[in-house]
Amino acid sequence: MTNSAQYNIKAIRNDFPILGREIFGKPLVYLDNGASTQHPVQVINAVKDLYEQNYSNVHRGVHTLSQESSELYDNARVKVRGFINAACVHEVVFTSGTTESINLVAQSYARPRLQEGDEILITHMEHHSNIVPWQMVCEQTGATLKVIPISDSGELEMDQFHAMLSEKTKLVSVVQVSNALGTVNPVKEIIDAAHAIDVPVMVDGAQAIPHMPVDVQALDADFYVFSGHKIYGPTGIGVLYGKEKLLNAMPPYQGGGDMILSVSFEKTIYNQLPYKFEAGTPNIAGVVGLGAAIDYVNSIGLSTIAAHEHGLLMYATSKLQAIDGLRIIGEAEQKAGLISFVLDAVHPHDIGTMLDGEGVAVRAGHHCAQPVMERFKVPATARASFAMYNTFQEIDVLAEAIRKTIGMFS
Amino acid sequence: MENLRDLYQEVILDHNKNPRNFRKIEDPDGFAHGTNPLCGDQIDIYLKIKDGIVEDVSFEGAGCAICTSSASMMTIALKGKSEADAEALFNSFHHALTEDDEYPEDVPLGKLKVLTGVKDYPVRVKCATLAWHTFDAALKKLQGNVSTE
Repeated sequence: MTNSAQYNIKAIRNDFPILGREIFGKPLVYLDNGASTQHPVQVINAVKDLYEQNYSNVHRGVHTLSQESSELYDNARVKVRGFINAACVHEVVFTSGTTESINLVAQSYARPRLQEGDEILITHMEHHSNIVPWQMVCEQTGATLKVIPISDSGELEMDQFHAMLSEKTKLVSVVQVSNALGTVNPVKEIIDAAHAIDVPVMVDGAQAIPHMPVDVQALDADFYVFSGHKIYGPTGIGVLYGKEKLLNAMPPYQGGGDMILSVSFEKTIYNQLPYKFEAGTPNIAGVVGLGAAIDYVNSIGLSTIAAHEHGLLMYATSKLQAIDGLRIIGEAEQKAGLISFVLDAVHPHDIGTMLDGEGVAVRAGHHCAQPVMERFKVPATARASFAMYNTFQEIDVLAEAIRKTIGMFS
Repeated sequence: MENLRDLYQEVILDHNKNPRNFRKIEDPDGFAHGTNPLCGDQIDIYLKIKDGIVEDVSFEGAGCAICTSSASMMTIALKGKSEADAEALFNSFHHALTEDDEYPEDVPLGKLKVLTGVKDYPVRVKCATLAWHTFDAALKKLQGNVSTE
């Protein structure tokens, strides 16, 4: 367990107003962080202050408010750069979220390069958002989608990956942490192998970014994508990191304002990075909120958060394993952030409703990863996913609520 | 958790554990496959119709307790009903789960009434109505009206 002298869980919880809520008269136990995390007052206030003090459109007016908003907006990009250690600030493109980031790479990077016979390599544990955009681009180009299989424990079959990687492969897109299994994939090994034959790699970091330090240069990732709302920031804001060389060679994804240098009816000259990919008025409050979320996470430290969450994961795993009739789906050696499980006697949707009755919020369903459900021959799972503010005592509440649920259904 | 007793009544839990008419009908007159793409529930409905009467109805599939028990209780309620009476019962049941006013008493719900507790859990209403919508689709297909749902 994490030493409370090092990890001030009480102070952290006090920063999250919603954690004071009661559900059906019971204290909220929020274990649906994999779907979306809650917001510290520092993020809420950053957005509130922007609207109350500084708000206007960015990169437009010469007036004071526009300048202040632009500065706050641009500063957030600097924070993101530091957070993922990108080489330069303009390698950070703001999008509406992980999904849009992946679609941008699929349409703007992959589509113009793909031909019939080419292959895109993904894994069996991808979220639908890292499957469907590639299916769409394959349909548009005649390329083929190849899927790296996973083992019964929920780990990538790396032998298969190495065998599938070939001169036909034009891009590898892989999730760093599975949202349905919690598996941490060896992305560095994947990137190194792909780069050995000059194949670029996109990493879906949506579930990794809140749980572990990420250094895109150390990874040598060509593209790295994540969402703000899974790291204590607002919804509707996400990041596409791309290597400058690759981003520069890509056409714009959408046309509009801010992404141009000059427009005439004869010729339009596109803006430079990152604005080339940020058409239209951006999600200013979302960006400012994301910047505040990064500041907050940095103030505690991702390594410290990771250690606390690892403790929660170990504790929850042993607690849940001790429950008769409970099966954990996803038993990879390297896991982060979450436990998926099924009960012999109770369907996951009923688990979800029953736990809600005890104030415990978990996700029930296929987690937008239907191929994973099929692989493990379950229609759905229940998922408890952790964040920096969860406590060991909350794991006890979860385990007790599961036991009560089983009791009522058998 | 006791507050959930209204939703998960003993009858519902019993039908969930021991679903009635949970089987395939060979050479059915009517068949439809229903899914709830949001949660992944899947259900197959098989129908035998003779002289406009539901002679036999059964189901297979995987769903939550609400979905399974609703399907199980539906098969019991429908057996022996005319096609018109079956449709009327579907409408009455649907009304009771989705509308605020009282459902029309001229088509009494009988034992199906225990499922009306679902109304207080809006995200679960679809679980209770999936089997019925699928039955409706099977009947309409049989009658020559392909459902565009």
